[in-house]
Amino acid sequence: MAKLKEYIHIVGKPVIDDLRLIGEKLNGTTIQNINSTAVGGGVAEILSRMMPLFKELGVNTSWDFIKGGEEFFEVTKKFHNALHGLPRQIYKSDFDTFVKTSNANIEEIDIYGDVVFIHDPQPVALIRKRSGNKWIWRCHIDISNPNKRVWDFLKKFVQDYDASVFSSPIFSQKLSIKQFLVSPSIDPLSDKNVELSQSTIDRILNKYKIDRSRTIITQISRFDYLKDPLGVIEVYKMVKKRIDCQLILAGGGADDDPEGSKVLAEVRDRASKDPDIHILLLPQNNIEVNALQRASTVIIQKSIKEGFGLTVAEALWKAKPVVASNVGGIPLQIKHKYSGLLCNSIDGAAFAVKQLLNSPAYAKKLGENGREHIRNNFLLTRHLKEYMLIFLSLYHSGDVVYL
Amino acid sequence: MTMSELINNTKPFRFHTRLHLTQLTGLKASSLTQLLRYIRKIPGSCIYYHTHRFLQSHLYLSPEPPNDFAYWVTEILGEDTLGEMLASIDTVQFSTIRALREKIASTIKDYIKTNPIAKRRFAGKGDEFHFMKAKSFVVPTHYVANNLREFLDILKSVTIDSIYFHIFEARLRLNRQSNDFSYWIATTLGNKMVALEIEKLDPYTITLDGLRKKLIKIVRKGAKNTNG
Repeated sequence: MAKLKEYIHIVGKPVIDDLRLIGEKLNGTTIQNINSTAVGGGVAEILSRMMPLFKELGVNTSWDFIKGGEEFFEVTKKFHNALHGLPRQIYKSDFDTFVKTSNANIEEIDIYGDVVFIHDPQPVALIRKRSGNKWIWRCHIDISNPNKRVWDFLKKFVQDYDASVFSSPIFSQKLSIKQFLVSPSIDPLSDKNVELSQSTIDRILNKYKIDRSRTIITQISRFDYLKDPLGVIEVYKMVKKRIDCQLILAGGGADDDPEGSKVLAEVRDRASKDPDIHILLLPQNNIEVNALQRASTVIIQKSIKEGFGLTVAEALWKAKPVVASNVGGIPLQIKHKYSGLLCNSIDGAAFAVKQLLNSPAYAKKLGENGREHIRNNFLLTRHLKEYMLIFLSLYHSGDVVYL
Repeated sequence: MTMSELINNTKPFRFHTRLHLTQLTGLKASSLTQLLRYIRKIPGSCIYYHTHRFLQSHLYLSPEPPNDFAYWVTEILGEDTLGEMLASIDTVQFSTIRALREKIASTIKDYIKTNPIAKRRFAGKGDEFHFMKAKSFVVPTHYVANNLREFLDILKSVTIDSIYFHIFEARLRLNRQSNDFSYWIATTLGNKMVALEIEKLDPYTITLDGLRKKLIKIVRKGAKNTNG
């Protein structure tokens, strides 16, 4: 794992000095993170990178998980989709399953943090175990248009926290507790984002029989309906009518996502026998994901809903031209026609991809602007700083705090 | 502790950094009438946030939209004239948030009065104006200057957040008459010329990186002339 000093050449020494200053103020405070999975998805990825850096800053941080069987995770996946505003039938039995598993976790889990930092809806009910410490609920998903029944159910738990954290202003809800805005981030030194040699990139392209000399369009995402991989295939087919290209759809799965294999089967079926569509299941193979992004001509993120869309930040950090849906946290990362192109439909996405492929100088400029935007706003160092400030805010009231 | 206690005119200048957290209010406006109603009643820290946020998140981008209200009115409601009027409010001349709030509110109110049709424009779902505010943390850094030369060296390496705090936050949000740099240079070093030159800068029309360069130029010249 990278040390803080290794980030100096990317963000500058004063930024790291600031982190150390804030870290000193949290000495002696224990932060207990709790979520539902150790692998897969952006939450686990960010936490795994943050933990050692918190420790280096002198902030005592730990990471625990709740337990949940297949039935529980099917319910929470349904909740997840319903919170994103997708039509889902929610039954009383679903709430019963959620409460039953939550009660078992409340019984079993050891709460010891001065600050308990709960991630996403799955462990939200643990607040019932509150006893004198501070609690924060971190919502990583887009709840701008939630299913009212599911949100009203979860809100009863959320209102008991000290503070909540959302990734975009449009996710903000009317709540009686404080709400903070914290965008997620990428780690420029992780396997997924670190610079790679050309030979490493070539080796990985050869492994998957991808032709480096031809145009490559890529979407990196879990196989999930919300990421619209079938829509991406349609985009590719529309582009291919005018410009020769290959399509890479690559991603892994998450432990708490039981829907993935069904989506993957549909994607394989839709791609049928086109040899230029490469469907790659890459569970936790971050170097390969990195290489595929770096080898791409254009990167697409055609999500229907998106909490934030870290894959967009990853692509921009590699100075790649990106076409992405105008949903969730994506517009925070892409300023249309300045650091990428936003789209609202399959037709729009295909048009934007063709524009970029036909104007390489414009595409290059968008990619370069995107990289600077990520450097200034979406790297792990900024994320660490904001989390530490939230922890401190629990102990300091007022709009201006002198530390 | 207040900033005036932090900067004592008998002591060296200790650079502070100002770090902020964005707090969501859950309030949103989809029309000019709603925008005006909320501008009149939201906390001052919201007004401060929406007139200063863009400076920090797009510090490398120039020219840049000077405030969120102007950007939203222009880009979302399509009211270019009002957007221009809001963008051209000379933020630097206001030494209190209250006065700045009144100016923004009266500009919108007068515009609606002469252009009543503007009230009929609404932002689509997802494009509403979301009111936010900043919670600031002021932290002393290890950088301390005893004279202009040391001050110059530190200016080159201190964070943008620190410059931001001493120039913007100190004078407007905390109701200081001048910025911290000018105040210390004038009262402790007695160099009124350098102090005045810094005070005359309009930091709202340049990027933060550009502002740092201008400060360095002024202080370098001052240090050369005064030999220290």
